[in-house]
Amino acid sequence: MQDANNLMLLDGSRIIIEAMARAGADSFIGYPITPANLLYQYAGQRMPVMLPAPDEITTLQWMSGMSVTGRLPITATSFPGFALMVESINMAYMMELPMVIILVQRLGPATGTATCGAQGDLSLLRGMISGGHPTPVLCTSSMEDCWTLSAKAVEIAVKLRTPVILLTSKEEVMTQKSFDLSVLSEIVPVVRKYYASAEPYQSYKPQGLVPEFLPVTQTMHQVRITASTHNQKGILQNTDEESMANTRRLEEKIRVSLPDYTFYEYTPKQGAKNLIVSFGITAEAAKDAQSQLTKKGIPVSLLIPKTLLPTPSIYLEIMEKYESVVIAEENINNQFSDMIYGLKKPKNHKFIGGLGKMITPQQIQEGIKS
Amino acid sequence: MTHILNSDMLPFCKGCGHSLIAKSTEKALENMKLEALQVISVTDIGCHGIIDKSLNTHTVHGLHGRSAALGAGIALGIPEKAQKIIVFIGDGGATIGLQHIMEAARLNLDMTVIIHNNFLYGMTGGQTSGLTPTGFVTTTSAEGNPWNSYDLCSMAYDAGASYVARVTGMGDISETLEKAFRVQGFSMVEVMEICPSYGLKLNPKRKFSDIVASSGKELKEWVRQRPPFPSSQGKKVDNLFDSLPKIPKDFQSTLDKPLSIILSGSAGEGVQLAAGIISKAAIRSRLFATQKGSYPVTVGVGFSTAEINLSPEEIYFHGIGVPDIAIITSQDGLEHSKKRVEAMKQGTLYIDSSLPIPSTKANIVQYNFRESNPRDASLLSIFYFAKKTNIVPVDALIVTLEEEGKSSKSLLEKIEKI
Repeated sequence: MQDANNLMLLDGSRIIIEAMARAGADSFIGYPITPANLLYQYAGQRMPVMLPAPDEITTLQWMSGMSVTGRLPITATSFPGFALMVESINMAYMMELPMVIILVQRLGPATGTATCGAQGDLSLLRGMISGGHPTPVLCTSSMEDCWTLSAKAVEIAVKLRTPVILLTSKEEVMTQKSFDLSVLSEIVPVVRKYYASAEPYQSYKPQGLVPEFLPVTQTMHQVRITASTHNQKGILQNTDEESMANTRRLEEKIRVSLPDYTFYEYTPKQGAKNLIVSFGITAEAAKDAQSQLTKKGIPVSLLIPKTLLPTPSIYLEIMEKYESVVIAEENINNQFSDMIYGLKKPKNHKFIGGLGKMITPQQIQEGIKS
Repeated sequence: MTHILNSDMLPFCKGCGHSLIAKSTEKALENMKLEALQVISVTDIGCHGIIDKSLNTHTVHGLHGRSAALGAGIALGIPEKAQKIIVFIGDGGATIGLQHIMEAARLNLDMTVIIHNNFLYGMTGGQTSGLTPTGFVTTTSAEGNPWNSYDLCSMAYDAGASYVARVTGMGDISETLEKAFRVQGFSMVEVMEICPSYGLKLNPKRKFSDIVASSGKELKEWVRQRPPFPSSQGKKVDNLFDSLPKIPKDFQSTLDKPLSIILSGSAGEGVQLAAGIISKAAIRSRLFATQKGSYPVTVGVGFSTAEINLSPEEIYFHGIGVPDIAIITSQDGLEHSKKRVEAMKQGTLYIDSSLPIPSTKANIVQYNFRESNPRDASLLSIFYFAKKTNIVPVDALIVTLEEEGKSSKSLLEKIEKI
């Protein structure tokens, strides 16, 4: 992106697919679903391999098979398709297979309204893996995020040998915006490092917390990949010590590595007593609310969490610095706040929700003033 | 040469046909002179799947019934076909994952699926499956299965498989398996067996051959010549941004604050095209712009609405509740946007002269956008708006229109007349 003026009218879908391709994703498997169709379309043009699966279970299974061979697959879907994928995401998680799933949120429950945006899937993502193991979830809040976080999602998937979710929503991937590509930084493709020793390979013997990867395409070492409880060799076991240590490690590798992929934007304002916390599509309204309040002489700080899961503790630390906190997200049950506070929500906490339409900067401003 | 199996002691019940399948698989592969690591074995949940630990091949052990799809993914990931992919699946798994088998057969992916059909769900207690023959007694059909069973082989063949065979799990089936393994494309072998723990005990007086006959399924081969799935893909671009026009900043807008516009008309009348033209013209006039469309799922009929934000400053929130400007060019557009127009307390409504005027406090400007050619109505309307307001220079619109290849003599004449 060396051009000084690289101004275009484009949507976030295009940026996401280009970023993932540059980061090293080489295959897209998918099943069409609104509002993820632009991602599907662009992937067909850009990804070295693009395959239409007959349903979303097959999608994740094909992706897993490809990942076993050393390819780096991605897909894009919305809740109805994602729901079908969940068991297979658990499989890929247990097998420790790198891949990225782009989840474009739309209005539910069930089929809901395909052409209406929403932010209602965070709670689902939080409990998606049986056992409560966390999956890295990065959430875009801007066109720049579509670039940076997409590349990071691919990188984390490889480094941690895990499925990663890129969370976005209809309005972010379908609306076209004027955007200068010159602001985007260079993406360095992720390097795949494979097990290189002559010693017998064990698919789940950790180096640090993440086992070294070896595809099944070579004939030097036996590779054993499994979704059942297993020992370090990848052989099915019951609940013996080694296997339970392996199951614990799956949780640990995601949690312990969190500082490496903690992304957020914090814009404190001098003298501010109020903090707005918002992410995804609503963060755009929050930015406007912050600047409009500042113009009116009311300093307000803004926190935009981008790594949503596992939830970095820094968010709570920032929130505790303020007299009042307004959390804005486009759902009716305060999913982010629930994650942070649970049932014991502090009295200085206010929730701005939305259903069926985008939360406006005015709504957030009114929340601050009240 | 490393043997395919790492032990003669297989983990199956005494008398189970799964052992025969494993040993025949080994015999067939070794007859083909394949090294263990030239084979990728894919198994899933079910009694058959516990063969996983006895294999010296690469092993991938997945979810119940999904091994055909998981194996298909591996086949798709190895386009050079350097290794043999063998999927082991049970009769229960074959029905829960029926779509996966059909899809792999349809695409003729280079892999072999072996169905361990022991007529029931063995691992969970001997329940009836979709492949249980009529009359066969299971733990959930004490009077005998009242239903018919799938003819999986015919289905896979009809879907496009290169080779399908149905055999009974008796004696040595390595010859049939070798035929299947040698196929370049999708092959499937259904092996009919009796589960010694449930099937045999619950059907004590019946001969295996009678049970096979009662299933109504033929023991035969289905063969066709068909090229395997092509690994090559169409030509790909190496940069998704290259196909989009770079927009120069060669005009100047007079706009000094954010402006929201809705452009509402009918499908096929260029609403989204016009929105794109005015957005790009605004960007080249040094404004920031956002644009999004709204239309029914049947995209070729009914309303088509575009929402456009223009601003001299960067736009974050791009939603439009009540717009500053509404441009309505058809009855469909009016019906879709009527409530928003009625809610306007200021701003301007540009509306085609043929349409009724909704109740609104916006200034009303009428013009015959649809005259002579309704297909140009939306494009004409944005030029009209530009000429009347000069918010986006008309020349910026004309240049953008020409660059998009949408300019025409008749349209330019109509623009001139405004």
